[in-house]
Amino acid sequence: MNMPIRNTENVVALTQASAEVLPMPQVPAKSLLSRALPMMSEIAARIVPPLIVLAIILVVWQLATNSPKASLPSPLKIWQDSKDLIVDPFFVAGPQDIGLGLRILTSLERVAYGFGLAAIAGVLLGAIVGQSTWAMRGLDPIFQVLRTVPPLAWLPLSLAAFRDANPSAIFVIFITAIWPVIINTAVGIRNIPQDYRNVALVLKLNPIEYFYKIMVPSAAPYIFTGLRIGIGLSWLAIVAAEMLTGGVGIGFFIWDAWNSSRLSDIVVALIYIGLVGFVLDRLVAGVSTIVTRGTAQS
Amino acid sequence: MYLKIDHVDKTFQRGSQTTEVLRGITLDVAKGEYVSIIGHSGCGKSTLLNIVAGLTGSTNGGVILEGRQVDEPGPDRAVVFQNHSLLPWLTVYDNVRLAVDKVFSKTKSRAERHAWTLHNLDLVQMVHAKDKRPAEISGGMKQRVGIARALAMEPKVLLLDEPFGALDALTRAHLQDSVMALHQKLGNTVMMITHDVDEAVLLSDRIVMMTNGPAAKIGEILEVPLARPRKRLELVSDAAYTKCRAAVLKFLYERHRYVEAA
Repeated sequence: MNMPIRNTENVVALTQASAEVLPMPQVPAKSLLSRALPMMSEIAARIVPPLIVLAIILVVWQLATNSPKASLPSPLKIWQDSKDLIVDPFFVAGPQDIGLGLRILTSLERVAYGFGLAAIAGVLLGAIVGQSTWAMRGLDPIFQVLRTVPPLAWLPLSLAAFRDANPSAIFVIFITAIWPVIINTAVGIRNIPQDYRNVALVLKLNPIEYFYKIMVPSAAPYIFTGLRIGIGLSWLAIVAAEMLTGGVGIGFFIWDAWNSSRLSDIVVALIYIGLVGFVLDRLVAGVSTIVTRGTAQS
Repeated sequence: MYLKIDHVDKTFQRGSQTTEVLRGITLDVAKGEYVSIIGHSGCGKSTLLNIVAGLTGSTNGGVILEGRQVDEPGPDRAVVFQNHSLLPWLTVYDNVRLAVDKVFSKTKSRAERHAWTLHNLDLVQMVHAKDKRPAEISGGMKQRVGIARALAMEPKVLLLDEPFGALDALTRAHLQDSVMALHQKLGNTVMMITHDVDEAVLLSDRIVMMTNGPAAKIGEILEVPLARPRKRLELVSDAAYTKCRAAVLKFLYERHRYVEAA
């Protein structure tokens, strides 16, 4: 309703303005292209080098395994043999014939349980060890010995205790991931500046408030370092554990493929594992940067 | 007496080595009084403040505040620390709110605590930065927030541990004026540690001068007979001010010179 009126006003104004030609300063309006170009070249500078290296690796690999007598499959052969696994991660063709994505999800579920428990228990134990000199003197030597035990060495005991494959695998993840969480949390808590402790003392924070309001945020950068190492170790351990316990996970898939000489499938599985491990690491790192926004800079 | 420091001795024991830091410190502070403690570094003045705060225990003697003995830290003796010690992961508002929530959890409603937090930030003119984190504001601003946090606890005694030590001269002067105005307005009892003679004379009702350690004692107590409110510029040529200043300087640099590696 108002539009036509406003339009006529504009027209009038324009005709007036055009009577006396004003030298308008040239607005340095950058075109979309000129703004997008530096950004795109920035992205390209990060993406192109790894792509080139990848291409070189594939070519060398192909050349090295090209002969029919080669013991390992070439990239082209892998593509021919395992196209179904590469193209569709989520197919279901039978109880033991499912996509690698689904297998990864099963493994991830175990890691989620094991690592989740390790994170909670690790932070709590680390807080105790970091806070109390006596707890540290008592527990630290034991931790230092236990943490050097390889993950798989726990598996037989774990199987004996739980009498089931799934909880045993979860326990192996737990016991693998907990040490770096404990140790880093303890260091972080020992490094809480005296100033923050004094603030807590003057405010008379009770132990629970102290834990949530001072300890955890102050030690967060250390805790996340521990969690990041922990998730990496979990992912290392799950594959090995599943090879031995069987079931649906990605580790058992590799073992199964080896037993039926499907080498191409193994290579595809390795790439899946690597990518998922990378994503897990980035995920924890990402959460860490968000959570420790305030703490890192002081 | 409102605050009584009664024959306080402090000895630190490290292994087989004992160091006597304070010997027989006795000091009475009246309600609403502004007392400065001045001395060379290492004379144990910070230890004395920590004893009053309850952060350090005394070896002999004790501190009595309003008829009750001090044996642990508490919000009735709020401390403004030299290096602000704001929690870096909390915003300016949340740093003060943490103290307000803790001290007034039972006596004030949510809305009242919010208003009280803002009121105290307003006292130090920091409401504009309430959503910033400590890393995003200047050193002087951090110290203002530290003061707001301490004031928000409604302490019986406000303890200032070299509160302006880490600031540049201009910011320091500005903040001193603010503290003076707040003291005028709120009538807090203040105990301040300092090693700045001008600061001590400008702000205090009494200046407690400490001898050099080990086993530091109170050497002399100087009354500052200057009327309040005090104006920095007018005092420069004021006879009483100059006299006080000279007295403190004489004590510190003539009679109790700081001897390096003594």
